[in-house]
Amino acid sequence: MATITIREALNQAIREELARDERVFLMGEEVAAYNGAYKVTKGLLDEFGPKRVIDTPITELGFAGLGVGAAMVGLRPIVEFITFNFSILATDQIVNSAAKMLYMSGGQYNIPIVFRGPGGSAYQVSSQHSQAIESWFAYFPGLKVVMPSTPADAKGLLKSAIRDDDPVIFIEQERMYGNKGEVPDDPDFTIPLGVADIKREGTDVTIVARSLMVPIALKAADKLQEQGVSCEVIDPRTIRPLDIDTIIESVKKTNRVVLAEESHPVCGINAEISAAIMERAMDFLDAPVKRVSGIDVPMPYAKNLEDLVVPDVDRVIAAVREVAYLD
Amino acid sequence: MSKQTAEQATAAGAEEQSSPDVATQPDKVDLATLQRDRDAAKERQKSRLGGLETETLIELYRQMILIRRFEEKAAEVYSAGKIGGFCHLYIGQEAVAVGTLSALRKDDYVITSYREHGHALAKGMTPESVMAELYGKATGCSKGKGGSMHMFDKSLNFLGGHGIVGGQIPLGTGAAFASKYQGTDQVTLCFFGEAAVNQGAFHESLNMAQLWKLPCIYICENNQYGMGTSLERAMSLRDISKKASAYEMASEFVDGMDVLAVREATARAVERARKDYLPTLLEIRTYRFMGHSMSDPGNYRTRAEIEKYQERDPIKLFSASLREEKIADEKLLKEIDAEVRKQVEESVRFAEESPYPAPEELYTDIYANPIDPSARKL
Ligand SMILES: Cc1ncc(C[n+]2csc(CCOP(=O)(O)OP(=O)(O)O)c2C)c(N)n1
Ligand SMILES: [Mg+2]
Repeated sequence: MATITIREALNQAIREELARDERVFLMGEEVAAYNGAYKVTKGLLDEFGPKRVIDTPITELGFAGLGVGAAMVGLRPIVEFITFNFSILATDQIVNSAAKMLYMSGGQYNIPIVFRGPGGSAYQVSSQHSQAIESWFAYFPGLKVVMPSTPADAKGLLKSAIRDDDPVIFIEQERMYGNKGEVPDDPDFTIPLGVADIKREGTDVTIVARSLMVPIALKAADKLQEQGVSCEVIDPRTIRPLDIDTIIESVKKTNRVVLAEESHPVCGINAEISAAIMERAMDFLDAPVKRVSGIDVPMPYAKNLEDLVVPDVDRVIAAVREVAYLD
Repeated sequence: MSKQTAEQATAAGAEEQSSPDVATQPDKVDLATLQRDRDAAKERQKSRLGGLETETLIELYRQMILIRRFEEKAAEVYSAGKIGGFCHLYIGQEAVAVGTLSALRKDDYVITSYREHGHALAKGMTPESVMAELYGKATGCSKGKGGSMHMFDKSLNFLGGHGIVGGQIPLGTGAAFASKYQGTDQVTLCFFGEAAVNQGAFHESLNMAQLWKLPCIYICENNQYGMGTSLERAMSLRDISKKASAYEMASEFVDGMDVLAVREATARAVERARKDYLPTLLEIRTYRFMGHSMSDPGNYRTRAEIEKYQERDPIKLFSASLREEKIADEKLLKEIDAEVRKQVEESVRFAEESPYPAPEELYTDIYANPIDPSARKL
């Protein structure tokens, strides 16, 4: 076990998979000579050369589609978006080509591709560069959506995503690249997609959190423990397919649930999880499901306003206390 | 920088180097002028016959007439309510699919738009599998899940029909990228309509293809309309082959009513792609004789304009060339037509007798690696 950052864990995953499989290549803006806009791909050009690590023009729709076409005929592209904000220009190729190809070809053309890059809130870059859009992608059958919250998860899940035969949207949290944690050394360490992780066991309230909200939920759980409330923190890790069973089992045990996410609340993942809990565990609930989401506004620039948008430890604690009827 | 050589310019023919302006066309056309144009086109085509095997020429004819009869039948069964959805016919454009694909090797890739029945047949897909797909049957080339707009055949490297205008252009570019990456000498033919040229996907793709020297041949089937909108109403620079120069890409303008002109121009592009990994843009001027889709009566075009192009019908033109040069007689051509009609009838019978997809098929083919529920910690 080595203690490394999420950035390093992702770099290792890409490096190992490039070394493991000749069909894997990496492309995107600034991934090669510049070593990655966020330095996730540092050193890869030197190690693998320009055939495998490719700087693209600023042409998101074009290179996303090129990747899908290459995946149709035997390659396994990793397509990096500088941030997922720019993937919006490529959504036609992701949604209409990658997600649906296998189905509309009657099972003939699967698309083994990873679209990855940072997403979610960043620091003070305002509305267009700071947003969480995972629910868009998670909406579509045919796509898999992954959002790791620790270095180990980042590495294990990215390796699985690259080895997967389907299109995977892999959203890294822009604020979390420097977060550290232990990662197994085994080059074949992988974490299966579609499996939630119980990040902390508890008995009184379930908190479902992903990505940036996981460390926040864990901090909240620590503080709540001091207040005598035992929280179970579940990180789905994969948003689609969602390991709803693990969530339901936990809710059946704790009978109370808080859903935390930094994205907008409307039509979001928490809305979906909430509906599933109603359908499958309504009778087990001792309090209504409580959502904690990013505030429903475009992201502002001013620090004090930005801080109000992204859920923090205090908001999670307040939500837990609310469902536990403590106040 | 224009990479048109003198040879290419000749091949393109002199008669249609620039767009005819539909808006200024007279309602009535002068028959004598039409016939003169047609005869000139025929002479150009005949001059291309030399050096081609009779067998090859007959095969080109057979494929064109197969597509024509297939599409006529598709229209008939569509009107009879036996197939549904959108149905974009290829009648009038047969020389493009047949001419271009005849210059390919079997393992080359083809990708195109929703107007793809003709390309599918020319790539070697059976009328049965195409018709059954139109019928939404389990025996269709996409198991009934794709329909008219999404026909695929992996065994033939037919990368499908795609429904988002221009969406297939980056995909085809990717297939060509993969060929170069894998070190094969396969080429990709990427078809799209002229209206797709206004999409960013076209420009983004051509830029990457020339920048990275990808063996992709971009084939703009310029039938002069995107649904009801004429080229004149939608494009500032209408000389589409010229757009290649923005990317320093080789290009040619081709008479799409002449199957041999199409074949020759494609062969030149294929050679560039196979030998030197170089892309080409071909603007192939053609015309669709039917509406945009089965629901379109096509009122935005004048009778005279349609008649003008019908006079240049690629099949009529080619059959006249074959007969006049004594490569085939009337009897042989009639026999081929009769055979093809039987084949098409047979495809309808096959489609009608085939089963619909089983209800369980609804849930298959969404993921190649479905999530294994047993992997979950419960
Ligand atoms: C992105 C997108 N916009 C609009 C449409 C609707 N549409 C389908 S075909 C078409 C016209 C396309 O014309 P062209 O590219 O010239 O091809 P043609 O139909 O003439 O073969 C339009 C507008 C679509 N399918 N996709
Ligand atoms: Mg058109």
